[in-house]
Amino acid sequence: MANYFNSEDLKKFGNITEFQKPMGDKFFEYYTEVFKEGALTVREKSLIALAVAHAVQCPYCIDAYSSDCLKKGADEEQMMEAVHVAAAIKGGATLVFGVQMMNHVKDNTM
Amino acid sequence: MGVKQISKSLKASGNALGDHFYQLKVLSQKDIHDGAYENFHKKLKSLNVDAIKVSELEIFQINIGKLCNQTCSHCHVDAGPDRKEENMSFETLERCLYLIKTYNFKKVDITGGAPEMNAYFRWFVEECTKAGVEVMVRCNLTIIMANKKYHDLPDFFKANHVHVISSLPSFSAMRTDAQRGDGVFEDSIAALKMLNAVGFGQEDSGLIIDLVYNPSGAYLPGDQKSLEAEFKRQLKRKFDIVFNSLFAITNLPVSRFLDYLLETGKYLDYMHELVGAFNPSTLDGLMCKNTISISWDGFMYDCDFNQMLDLKFTGKAKHIDDFDFEEILNRKIIVNNHCYGCTAGAGSSCGGEIA
Repeated sequence: MANYFNSEDLKKFGNITEFQKPMGDKFFEYYTEVFKEGALTVREKSLIALAVAHAVQCPYCIDAYSSDCLKKGADEEQMMEAVHVAAAIKGGATLVFGVQMMNHVKDNTM
Repeated sequence: MGVKQISKSLKASGNALGDHFYQLKVLSQKDIHDGAYENFHKKLKSLNVDAIKVSELEIFQINIGKLCNQTCSHCHVDAGPDRKEENMSFETLERCLYLIKTYNFKKVDITGGAPEMNAYFRWFVEECTKAGVEVMVRCNLTIIMANKKYHDLPDFFKANHVHVISSLPSFSAMRTDAQRGDGVFEDSIAALKMLNAVGFGQEDSGLIIDLVYNPSGAYLPGDQKSLEAEFKRQLKRKFDIVFNSLFAITNLPVSRFLDYLLETGKYLDYMHELVGAFNPSTLDGLMCKNTISISWDGFMYDCDFNQMLDLKFTGKAKHIDDFDFEEILNRKIIVNNHCYGCTAGAGSSCGGEIA
């Protein structure tokens, strides 16, 4: 395999039903429902998706939701703030384990 | 801070797309061997639609001139400060006024360029208002700040009860300036504050300021209602600015936007996106069904885009000097592949979504 990630593969996402149709169909039905306007606006959902895409480091999702955020009218400032939210949570998730490290150090030192 | 111009018009810079024949050649797909899309004519035929026909003659749209203080990167008119020759004369405006009154057009939609730069603009607006016709002016906002002589435009618009329609592609400076030129956002915000100050957009004032959103790239606009809500929230929060409605408009592959698509290699992808989003339910609401578009030199077109591609009316009457109401009412509208822009998704018109 020449490349693990090929941006053209994003267009083939729907083809996952080829190997397992009932589950694939259910996933896409659920996916469509999730991204409909609800208690959150479609723009807010797109910004959340963009943040999660960065947190899970999915290049397909970053492409897809950068485009989607633009279409939904989000601006650069909002999109970068969403990425910072992801970064803050990921950074915080690392740092909060610092408490565990401190507990361990305190338990094992005078 | 004033608008800084970033480029010349396509025409002044000698770009091949400054010629409408070349644009039509690109749109015809004659040079495309792989990845061609279905021609718009064939698409209509597949739906058993022989032709798009006029429903009524309601809006008299005048492109009063191509002179503009901005050189926006997506402009389908290829307007700019160097387009000084193409400006409607007093005699042509007089003829337009006569036709508007004689045939009882309900609305006059004045566009450009920056229409306010035409020497007879104010006279024409006043005469239309006296005649009881609703006047819409496509004001680019920055013209109000461009020179002292335009600073009183908000008062002039108010005095003539003009319906002001202004482009603002984003509520942030970065994207607005990238599309419309450095400093445009700052001047647009200052102009909107002046319009708000005399009553435009304010509740119960009866003075209307609508904004026009168009995407800053090769993608379709999002949902108009949702965009309007976000623009209202952000402009109020950031600048205490209010407006009435937001029209979401699709960029058509014409002139400078076509140049952008070709230069960035996005032309075919964009056309496929438009074709893939073709929505037959937009056909009944197309602006060409109730609008006629007049060029600075008095020729008649189905819409402002056909005007820029020089696709004049079918039939004998092609110029306002030969205006024939019955023939114009019964004419077939000229369509080409750029029409996919008005029929994609929720559709697009000078008044935003149509389906």
